[in-house]
Amino acid sequence: MPERFDAIVVGAGPAGNAAALTLAEAGVSVLLLERGEYPGSKNVQGAIMYADQLQALIPDFRDDAPLERHIVEQRIWMLDDSAHVGTHYRSDGFNEELPNRYTIIRAQFDKWFAKKVQAAGALLICETTVTELLKDGDRVVGVRTDRAGGDIHADVVILADGVNALVAQRSGLRDELKPDNVALAVKEMHFLPEEVIQQRFNIGENEGVVIEAAGTITDGMLGTGFIYTNRESLSVGIGCLVSDFAASKTRPYDLLERFKQHPSIRPLLAGSEVKEYAAHLIPEGGYRAVPKVFGDGWLMAGDAGQFVNSLHREGSNMAMTTGRIAAETVIDLKREGKPMNGRNLSLYRKRLEDSYVMKDLRKYRDLPQVLHRNKQFVTTYPKLLAGAADTWFRVDGVDKRSKERQIVRSFLKGRSLRGLVGDALRLARAVR
Amino acid sequence: MMINSVKVEEKLFQNRYVVDEGRPHISISEPLKASPALRTLVDICPAGCWSVQPDGQLSGTLDGCFECGTCRIVAKAVGQEIQWAYPRGGYGILYKFG
Repeated sequence: MPERFDAIVVGAGPAGNAAALTLAEAGVSVLLLERGEYPGSKNVQGAIMYADQLQALIPDFRDDAPLERHIVEQRIWMLDDSAHVGTHYRSDGFNEELPNRYTIIRAQFDKWFAKKVQAAGALLICETTVTELLKDGDRVVGVRTDRAGGDIHADVVILADGVNALVAQRSGLRDELKPDNVALAVKEMHFLPEEVIQQRFNIGENEGVVIEAAGTITDGMLGTGFIYTNRESLSVGIGCLVSDFAASKTRPYDLLERFKQHPSIRPLLAGSEVKEYAAHLIPEGGYRAVPKVFGDGWLMAGDAGQFVNSLHREGSNMAMTTGRIAAETVIDLKREGKPMNGRNLSLYRKRLEDSYVMKDLRKYRDLPQVLHRNKQFVTTYPKLLAGAADTWFRVDGVDKRSKERQIVRSFLKGRSLRGLVGDALRLARAVR
Repeated sequence: MMINSVKVEEKLFQNRYVVDEGRPHISISEPLKASPALRTLVDICPAGCWSVQPDGQLSGTLDGCFECGTCRIVAKAVGQEIQWAYPRGGYGILYKFG
């Protein structure tokens, strides 16, 4: 193996694979390092993959990517202890020739993605943990790995090593994560026969359903639960802010168990066989938590740069985009014969600002704090909504006008008029 | 209302790990008296790795660790250090599905 490359990419997840693929296709010599046994073996996601950004990298990905089901129906549920109030959007329009969203299984998807990267000419080396960055003064000149004689040099290092971003932290390029800027999610893979999934979720072959659930299932913590249909399994998980887990001393696996036993969820999982239990952190601090993502000889992409739109569930999507833009920046500088210093690489940040990535993160920049300070959105409101639905739909001899009054009174009692108006304004401002 | 605690060991049993025997990737160099803040790790670690010993010290059994980082972040937030690194390449949790 040569000891010098044009570029080294740390981590073969969506960000690292996107970066390495883009570089290799442009003829840049690139080394992709992965600490797992194979790409994906350390990675966890729900997982929904959006086609658009993947298509920009691999136009014919549908030919051989390990895709589970394309999404035809989105369910958003608010749960109290015994009920759920929800909206469903289902459309045959999602059965299009080039579907927009797919469920995937990350361990399989990342492995496939990395094969494409190798085919494009990048060198992939697995089972190799990068322990620190090699520096010449302040300039990053390569990486140190846990292999004997494991120093490797490059003009630029793209850090795509995931949410913990240990490599950058060790080298003083990034601070430690804050407990209220990061969520801990736990997840299980529930296997069921394909036909059972299709019957249970009212879907055809290849069609899939997404359920996102919020409410008392998180026991007062800020977070959500989910069920995604794969071909012959269901991804079932729940995640909340680490600060909330710490304050409430909640056991994540107990929370998951309780979610699974909710009367609206339990029948969907009945008879399934669990084959894996996983846990992972998700950066949820949004715009204000994005660290410095470029410097002399280095760039940062994906979860390491905290590029996650938690409201729209875009983590791997932003990872692929930031990985690609990081690579494009390197390619352009190389073509122009410019050195990979911080001044030139700042172009990366500028391009991110011009893309949907920073535009979307900026739009929701206040949302994490607003939700954090206003737990009523996951405690009081689900109960009020379920109570209102119960009052409205139950036929019990009470006249409808009285029922209306009863519902209005329950909201006024639960949140007060001032509280209700304030909540509406707070939420509107945070997402405007 | 919270249901009775499930046994996390039974969940971890499903997973695939390659344990790097004798080389734990997380360690505590100075014995850490389990302050109330650190005591939360016993509950919130998703793999149930942490326990408090009779002498009040925090102790970790890392065979089921997900390498998620929760313990490092929570400790750091209260001004305490857990020496936290990823396992050597190829070791640790290896997700079949992820």
